[in-house]
Amino acid sequence: MTPETAYRTEEFQVNVGPQHPSTHGVFRMVLTMDGERVVDCEPHIGFLHRSMEKMAENRLYIQFLPMADRIDYLSSIFCTVAHCEAVEQLMEIDVPARAKYLRTIMMELCRIASHSIFFGVFALDLGAVTPFLYGFRERELTMDLLEMTTGQRMTFNYCRFGGVADDLPDSFFPTVEKFVKVFPARLDDYDRILNENEIFVARTKNVGTVEASRAINYGWTGPNLRASGVDFDLRRNRPYEAYGELGYEPVVLQNGDCYDRYRARILEMRSSHELIKKCVEGLPEGPVQAEKISKFPKVPAGEVYVRVASPRGDYGLYLLSEGADKPYRYKLRTPSFNNLSMIREMLLGVYLADIVPIFGSLDVILPDVDR
Amino acid sequence: MGVIARLPVYWEKLPGGGLVTTSVEKVLNWSRASSIWYMIFGLACCAIEMMAAGASRYDFDRYGMMFRATPRQSDMMFISGTITLKMAPRIRRLWEQLAEPRYVVAMGSCAISGGGFFYDAYSVLKGIDKIIPVDVYVPGCPPRPEALMHGCLKLQEKIKREGLVEAFGDFKEGQAEAERLAGRWILDRLAQR
Repeated sequence: MTPETAYRTEEFQVNVGPQHPSTHGVFRMVLTMDGERVVDCEPHIGFLHRSMEKMAENRLYIQFLPMADRIDYLSSIFCTVAHCEAVEQLMEIDVPARAKYLRTIMMELCRIASHSIFFGVFALDLGAVTPFLYGFRERELTMDLLEMTTGQRMTFNYCRFGGVADDLPDSFFPTVEKFVKVFPARLDDYDRILNENEIFVARTKNVGTVEASRAINYGWTGPNLRASGVDFDLRRNRPYEAYGELGYEPVVLQNGDCYDRYRARILEMRSSHELIKKCVEGLPEGPVQAEKISKFPKVPAGEVYVRVASPRGDYGLYLLSEGADKPYRYKLRTPSFNNLSMIREMLLGVYLADIVPIFGSLDVILPDVDR
Repeated sequence: MGVIARLPVYWEKLPGGGLVTTSVEKVLNWSRASSIWYMIFGLACCAIEMMAAGASRYDFDRYGMMFRATPRQSDMMFISGTITLKMAPRIRRLWEQLAEPRYVVAMGSCAISGGGFFYDAYSVLKGIDKIIPVDVYVPGCPPRPEALMHGCLKLQEKIKREGLVEAFGDFKEGQAEAERLAGRWILDRLAQR
């Protein structure tokens, strides 16, 4: 027997998902393996296809508003902001400054909630349980603030056409002050527990590296793109709501591996914390709702494309109106779908154990992929 | 005595010791109800609240509830989210893989009835009880962790009331047969796709 034939191995198939704790929902991969190496990967999506776009065409604009919260439930307020902005742009409504600031505060709180879940779940996938408890502890802090303002814990339904549903309650300010004070120390905890952890670093550094050109080609956005060294963030490059006045500098890292994608999110939590601080300090007085806006608007005919920087990337909404009280076409460009589209190419040739950090570091959320 | 006091037993003191009387049923039910291990299986929005209920602030561990990653080690399954027609046969299979006695908690309005939002979606199953029997329904969109805990306490009460036979699948299946047969056509039709 020659050495070639002696060590020849047979390829075999491994099925991952749709029920698998590290696929973050219902995602299925059929992997062709050669020993420990991935030879081919066939991703299957659509297990959570809830026909959001089609249903938007059958509902009044105001009826779809709470449903937009459920498109990406970890960052639900971004979806409603995009929905409201699209309608506002077509109807040429001027949103009061205070409403813009309130939206910005809520969006940044929601971003922290989303990233702290990422922190917990990503570490849990790699076998660390303590960060999971840490992440959810900080999420509850933001949930308290969001709940006292919006009345809901996850799906807020806070935005309205031309403003927001309600002003901040009085109890918000002492609570947010406490949150602003305590949060940086909690982030230091995060850094201490994982940054230098040998197992964590070994499993994420130089794993799943994506260079800038490839990330751009696949339409990556958000922290994933910035971890690959591309300096682009909607909040600075095309400011919306109150971001233009706040002056925001995005976090850009260079390596593009799983570790940098994780670090990009942790650092983004720090800058979100800064933004919240600035917003609360510079919160303008005034109404929170533009006057004389119909609750059941007939949106003038036209088309609009709105982009919002959600925690997962650029959330785009293309709205085509024919002058009725329902949209004619409601097309979503969700960041998770584009971020996930590279999964096959990223997994080719890696070890089986590296699949979990690579998939986890993309921070996709399946209803955002499947709509 | 501290432990004994919480056990479902009758303790009679005798000179030089004591006598404990109970029934197998009560002890079994007590131990089942106090250590419900649930499968970590998230479908949609409710899964996050399920995770939150298991994490720091709400802490399911207090009720002896631990999450397991596989149905083979679990007693209970949260149906946490929207069930699409593509996912429905797989959930049925997961339920079949749960070790008996097995329990199902339908969490949120999607799992209960297809939801306040997805009632006219072409791709959504209108309620999980069309394909598997459900023990407790927890309404909400999504339910708060407190509501979920209340549902789990209700499940504990239900387990404590059960007879020895009732806990097992055949009996439950018989009980839920009418509803299941009514929903059987969905699975049949999905299998043909």
